[in-house]
Amino acid sequence: MPALSPTMTEGNLSKWLIKKGDTVKAGDLIAEIETDKATMEVEAVDEGVVIDLLFKEGEANIPVNKAIAIIGDPNEKVELKKETPVEKVIEEKKIEKNIETKIDTKKDNIIDTPSPKIEEDTNLSSEEITMRQALRDTMAEEMRKDNKVFILGEEVAEYQGAYKVTQGLLQEFGKERVLDTPISEHGFTGLAVGAAFKGLRPILEFMTFNFSMQAIDQIINSAAKTLYMSGGQINCPIVFRGPNGAAAQVAAQHSQDFSSWYSQVPGLKVIAPSTPYNAKGLLRSAILDSNPVIFLENEILYGLKGPVNNDVNFSIPIGKANIAKEGKDLTIVTYSIMLQKSKEAVLRLKEEYNLDAEIIDLQTLRPLDTETILNSVKKTNRLITVEESWPFGSVGSEIVNIVQRDAFDYLDSPVIKVNSADVPMPYSLSLEKLYLPQVDDIINAAKKVSYIK
Amino acid sequence: MKKLQKADYIKMYSFMLKIRRFEERAAQLYGMGKIGGFCHLYIGQEAVVVGILMTIDKNDSVVTTYRDHGHMIARGLDPKRIMAELTGREDGYSAGKGGSMHMFSKENNFYGGHGIVGAQVPIGTGIAFTHKYNGEKNICRTYIGDGAMNNGQVFEAFNLAALWKLPVLYIIENNKYGMGTSVDRAAAGLDLYKRGEAFGIPGEKVDGMNVFSVIEAADKAGKYVREGNGPYIIEVQTYRYRGHSMSDPAKYRTKEELDNYKQTDPIEIVKTEILKKKIATNDEIEKINKDTLEEIKNAAEFATNSPFPKDSELYTDVYL
Repeated sequence: MPALSPTMTEGNLSKWLIKKGDTVKAGDLIAEIETDKATMEVEAVDEGVVIDLLFKEGEANIPVNKAIAIIGDPNEKVELKKETPVEKVIEEKKIEKNIETKIDTKKDNIIDTPSPKIEEDTNLSSEEITMRQALRDTMAEEMRKDNKVFILGEEVAEYQGAYKVTQGLLQEFGKERVLDTPISEHGFTGLAVGAAFKGLRPILEFMTFNFSMQAIDQIINSAAKTLYMSGGQINCPIVFRGPNGAAAQVAAQHSQDFSSWYSQVPGLKVIAPSTPYNAKGLLRSAILDSNPVIFLENEILYGLKGPVNNDVNFSIPIGKANIAKEGKDLTIVTYSIMLQKSKEAVLRLKEEYNLDAEIIDLQTLRPLDTETILNSVKKTNRLITVEESWPFGSVGSEIVNIVQRDAFDYLDSPVIKVNSADVPMPYSLSLEKLYLPQVDDIINAAKKVSYIK
Repeated sequence: MKKLQKADYIKMYSFMLKIRRFEERAAQLYGMGKIGGFCHLYIGQEAVVVGILMTIDKNDSVVTTYRDHGHMIARGLDPKRIMAELTGREDGYSAGKGGSMHMFSKENNFYGGHGIVGAQVPIGTGIAFTHKYNGEKNICRTYIGDGAMNNGQVFEAFNLAALWKLPVLYIIENNKYGMGTSVDRAAAGLDLYKRGEAFGIPGEKVDGMNVFSVIEAADKAGKYVREGNGPYIIEVQTYRYRGHSMSDPAKYRTKEELDNYKQTDPIEIVKTEILKKKIATNDEIEKINKDTLEEIKNAAEFATNSPFPKDSELYTDVYL
C-alpha cells in the first residue's frame, strides 16, 4: 500500500486494474487507491507477471507499506521482504535532544576578539566625519581592494544616493560597479542574491528598509537559507544596507524598525551601528563576511559626527557588543540611535538621582553578545533594554529571556523594556514624539528597576 | 545548428529514459514512506530538459524550479546522490538538508532547485549578471513554470535582464497547469512567450514533447543570448503525466487529455527515430532499457542504505 500524501497512514483498495497472470511493465497502471485526500491511480515500477493479489477490491484501512500484490518472475519463489518503516529507523537512533533550545552564538562562527574601544584607539583621526562619510569611505576602500564588490540600489549612482551615502562612487568606480536600479526591490534583490551565489560580493542599498519588505522572500528564503539547504555548498556574501526605523514625520509606511524581524532568522547576521567609528569598523566586517548581512543604518544618525580609525583594514568584529560607558548601579542595553538617547539619560540619572548606569551598545544584534550582557547584569543586578522597535518579540524580549534564564539569581528587580508604542507610526509631530522612546522614558525605567519613586 | 550524431540520439534516449525510470522509482519510494514531504515528478516533460541539455556548455549555469530531479539527471549528476537527497540521507546532494525541492551542485553550476514559485527567476538573472560582470561568454538557463509567469518578480527580472542586456535564456516549461489551475484560468493571454515583448525580449513557442524541436529552438536562442544580445524566452509546450505532487490525483483534467498526450510520448518519439534511422537495433534499445532500470534500482538501493545525517549536522551550514 503506497503512501500517496505526506500524511497518509492507511488506504482503501478501490479497484484492481490488473488480474493474476497479467504481464505488467514499468509505468502500467495497476490499481486505484483511495487516500485520506483523494482517489489515485498507482503505477507499477518493476516488470513481471502478477503472481498474486493480496487484497480484494473494496478492502479498507490497509496500512501504508503493506504488500498488496506480488509481481515477479513466476518461476522464482518470491519472498516478501519485511521493510522497517523510516520512523522506526530514526527512533532506534534514540535522539537525545536538549529540551532547552539555546541560541548558541558560538555556532554563528564569530571572530573571538573584543570590540576595539574608541577611547583606547591610538589611530584615531583628528578630524571628525559624519556617519554618512564613514559608510561611504568604507565602501570605497573595499571596492578598491576587491573587484568583486559592487553596489546597486535605487538612486545610488547618478543621483549620488538618496541620502548621499554613495556620493562619488559612480565617478570613481564606473557604471559597471555602481548600478542604479529601477524601483523594483523584489527583482533587483533576487538578482543580487543570484550574483552572490555565483561569487560576487554585492552591497545592496535599500532606500529604506521599509522597502525591503517587497523583497523579503529573496532575503529570507533565498539569501539566508541556501547555504543550509545546499548542504554547505552555496553561500551568499551580500550586504543589505540602508536606513532603518523612524526619520522625521514620514509616518507609518516609512518608519518601521526591522531589527527583530531580521534578527530572528538563522543564516542572517544583523548589525546596527551607532557612531561613525563603529559604522566604519562594522561595515568593513560586513563586506568581508561570507554570509548575508543586514546592516541597519539610521537616517537621523547620517549627520552624526565623530572621529574614526582611518586604517583601511580597521574592522570591528561581528558579534561583539561595546561597553559605551561603564557603571555599577544598573545596565542599559541598547543599539543604533537609542545609544544617543541612552547617553543623555545616563547624564541626568547621575545628576538627578546619583545613579551610575552602564551602557552596552550591542552593535551586532545577531549573533548577540550574550556574554557581555550577562557579565554586566551580574555586576549591576539591574537591567533595562532600550530600542526603537515595537515591543512584541523585540530584541529586548530575547535579552529578557536570556537574562532570566542565565542570571536569574543576580537580578534585584524585574527587567524593563523601553520600546516604541505598539501602534503604527503616526504622522503628527506630537504623536510621533509620544510613539518613540524618549529620554524621560529611559529615566523612568531606570528609576523603576532601582526602586526610586 | 550542429548536425546530430548517432551518439547524440542514444544520449537523448538514455537520459530521457533515465529520468522517467528515476521518477517512477521515486514515486515507489515515496509510497513506501522512504521519501517524505513534497515530491514533484517530471514524467512527461523529459524532452524539455534533455533537448536543452544537447546545446549546453558545461560552464553555463542553470537554475530551475522545485520540479528539479530530471534537471539534475540531465545535468549529468549522479542519480544515486539525487535519490539519497530525496530519502534525506547524508550522501544526498544537500546532505539531507534540502530534499526534493532544494538541491544544488555548485561544481556543476547547478544553482537549484527553488521551492518558492518565481524566486529562481531573479536569481538566474543575477547569475547571468555575474557571467557578464566577469566577462565570461557563458549564459544562465533559467527555467520557469507556467504558474510563475503570473508572478511579479518574473517581470521585474525580465525588465532588469533587458535593461542590462544580461546573458540569460528563460525557458518556460508550460505543462498546462499550475498545481490544479489550468493556464487559461490563471493567465490573461495564453501566449506566455510574448510576455517579454514589452521589454523587447524575443520569444518563441516550441513543441516540448518533441526533443528535436526543443534542440532546434534552444540552439538558436542560446546563440542569440551568447552573442551578447540580451535575454531570450522560449515557451516549451509540455505535459506532466502525473499530478502536481505525489498527493495530487489530478481530477482537474480528463483521462482523455492525458491519454492524448501519451500518444506523443517524448521517449517514444526518440525511440522511433532511432529505429527508423537504424541507429540502433531493437535489441540494443532493450539493453539500454535494462541497464537503465538496473542503474535506477541501484540508486534506490544506495539511497535507502545511506545513513541519516548525524545529529550534529543540525547546527552546521547555517553560516560559512
